Amino acid sequence: MVAGLLGRKVGMTQIFDSVGQVIPATVIQAGPCHVLQLRTVERDGYEAVQLGYLDKPRRLAGRSVRGHVAKLESKRQKRRAAGGMEAVPKADCEPKRWVREFRGPIEGLQVGQELKVDVFSEIVAVDVVGTSKGRGTAGVMKRHGFHGQRASHGVKKVHRHAGSTGCCTDPHRIFKGRRMPGHYGAVRRTVRNLKVVQVDVENNLLVVRGAIPGPNGGYVMIQQTNKL
Amino acid sequence: MSQQLMSLVEKASIKEEVSQFEIGDTVDVHCRILEGEKERIQIFNGVVIARASSGTRATFTVRRIVQGEGVERKFPLHSPRIAKVEVKRSGVTRRAKLYYLRDRKGKAVRLKERRVDTKKKPKQ
Repeated sequence: MVAGLLGRKVGMTQIFDSVGQVIPATVIQAGPCHVLQLRTVERDGYEAVQLGYLDKPRRLAGRSVRGHVAKLESKRQKRRAAGGMEAVPKADCEPKRWVREFRGPIEGLQVGQELKVDVFSEIVAVDVVGTSKGRGTAGVMKRHGFHGQRASHGVKKVHRHAGSTGCCTDPHRIFKGRRMPGHYGAVRRTVRNLKVVQVDVENNLLVVRGAIPGPNGGYVMIQQTNKL
Repeated sequence: MSQQLMSLVEKASIKEEVSQFEIGDTVDVHCRILEGEKERIQIFNGVVIARASSGTRATFTVRRIVQGEGVERKFPLHSPRIAKVEVKRSGVTRRAKLYYLRDRKGKAVRLKERRVDTKKKPKQ
């Protein structure tokens, strides 16, 4: 079974372990998630489980979204039924705000099943995928960790600039891949092998050691790590 | 909402009863020290010159003079390694951070003792 769940970052804090050492911890509100669909090798060419997290008001959900989670009456469906086609199993839940797939074996899972944070109770470490904080247009010091230039000794107005970007008449161009200022952040990032510190099934909370990408309230995918 | 969720996690790391002391107090900090299997208590004596942060992050700084050299130690207030904090003497202070003590030497380090009014009930 795939041990994966969708959630939101709550924030970071520090807690004490049994020896009295401080653990830097991130609290994630993980699940409950409904299984919306199962991908199979015969039908889709790969195995995966599709999960949905948080309800979306029906008035905001399009017909395709509503039809994805529950059975809707439609001419097409009637025709298919009349033609003897098997109805696709539906989760029969509210439309979901955030839907993602987790690849992996699907035995033991059923469409409509509700997964809670206890899927991680036996698991030592997880990988967390999120969207990093957007920093807008950033300079080379922030974006690439350049050292900038000196504060004095004749340096004028270029303290946070990069130095030279290339050669002279030969080759007469700048090589591809030169690191420069530009848009930074707000991209998908994965942090791997974070130790699970605490699993609180009652409040749907997962506590991991270390930081995860994105702002508080950001959406994250959590999956058992393959890095152990 | 997120604050409430956070406090659920932090609750286990926050001591229900924290020793009461104030800035300027001379205290004995009883630290648990693990030596292999054995545990013993070590006492750090000094003046509380600062308290910082809140929640599980709360810390306090204790300053003492060892062989003429100032030594400061910062303790996490809720750490299980702090067995207790005993107030030995209370000092009169007019500010929350006593960093000015760092610049003082000898007799000038002393703080005036604060007399606790025994008739009044102690502050909770």
